[in-house]
Amino acid sequence: MSGQDIFFYVFSALAVAFSLLVVLGKNPIYSALSLVMVFFCVAANFVLLQAQFIATIQVLVYAGAIMVLFIFVIMLLNADAQSADLGKRRPFQAIAAVLCVALFALFAWSVKNGTTSPERAGFTPEKVASLGGNTQVLSELMFSDYILPFELTSLLLLVGIAGSVAIAKRKLEGARAESPKEGQA
Amino acid sequence: MTTQNFIFFSMCLFFIGLFGVVVRRNIVIILMSIELMLNAANIALVAYGRELEHMGGQMAVFFVITVAAAESAVGLGLVIALFRNLKSVSTEDIELLKR
Repeated sequence: MSGQDIFFYVFSALAVAFSLLVVLGKNPIYSALSLVMVFFCVAANFVLLQAQFIATIQVLVYAGAIMVLFIFVIMLLNADAQSADLGKRRPFQAIAAVLCVALFALFAWSVKNGTTSPERAGFTPEKVASLGGNTQVLSELMFSDYILPFELTSLLLLVGIAGSVAIAKRKLEGARAESPKEGQA
Repeated sequence: MTTQNFIFFSMCLFFIGLFGVVVRRNIVIILMSIELMLNAANIALVAYGRELEHMGGQMAVFFVITVAAAESAVGLGLVIALFRNLKSVSTEDIELLKR
């Protein structure tokens, strides 16, 4: 086993273990902290796939910004509320687990037996290195071939900002009719 | 490391996330499971991008990460709005349309 293999198996096993903790954890705070670990392990896998820019963005945006948002909301709402929703409906959970494993088996079978296109676009690691590295190649593509999605992304972020502020400020109509005293936000 | 190893890893993460979305009742944990599934898709995109020697996979991951950031901001805004109205983050208590 080469060093890369060991690197891959260690970080993917860690990621799977921590993602199980995310899904099965009782306390949302522990789930959020496990999710940070999953993001770091996935970033390590991106480095292994020679996507250094994506790995950096993963750590900055996911493990930094998004998780701060999650932890902020969890602490704001119910830091000590144990969600006891697991274990309530065991048959349903067993069915869901069996279905997930069956779908996994189906996907695994199709990946094993499928073939990928033999066409190569030609961005071998050596060529990417000769063009100035992963980040430079990506940024040149981003501002040439992918300029339209890039601009649409900025529009999406603007809509996201406005939408989240508008939604978080407003109270729902049905609940307002029920408790008129809390109507003034 | 072959591409298949990475695809199997990504599938593991994806189905763990899918299980979380289906089984959990806490909206915040459902959102976290969705983030998990998006991450699994990102790994598959980068892995196949390396397999086909194409940078489009990594570009797609860049946009997926942006969309995920916007999605979690809007989703958590929804969670806050729901909590202010219903004093709960459990999906079992969201039944406004049933009244």
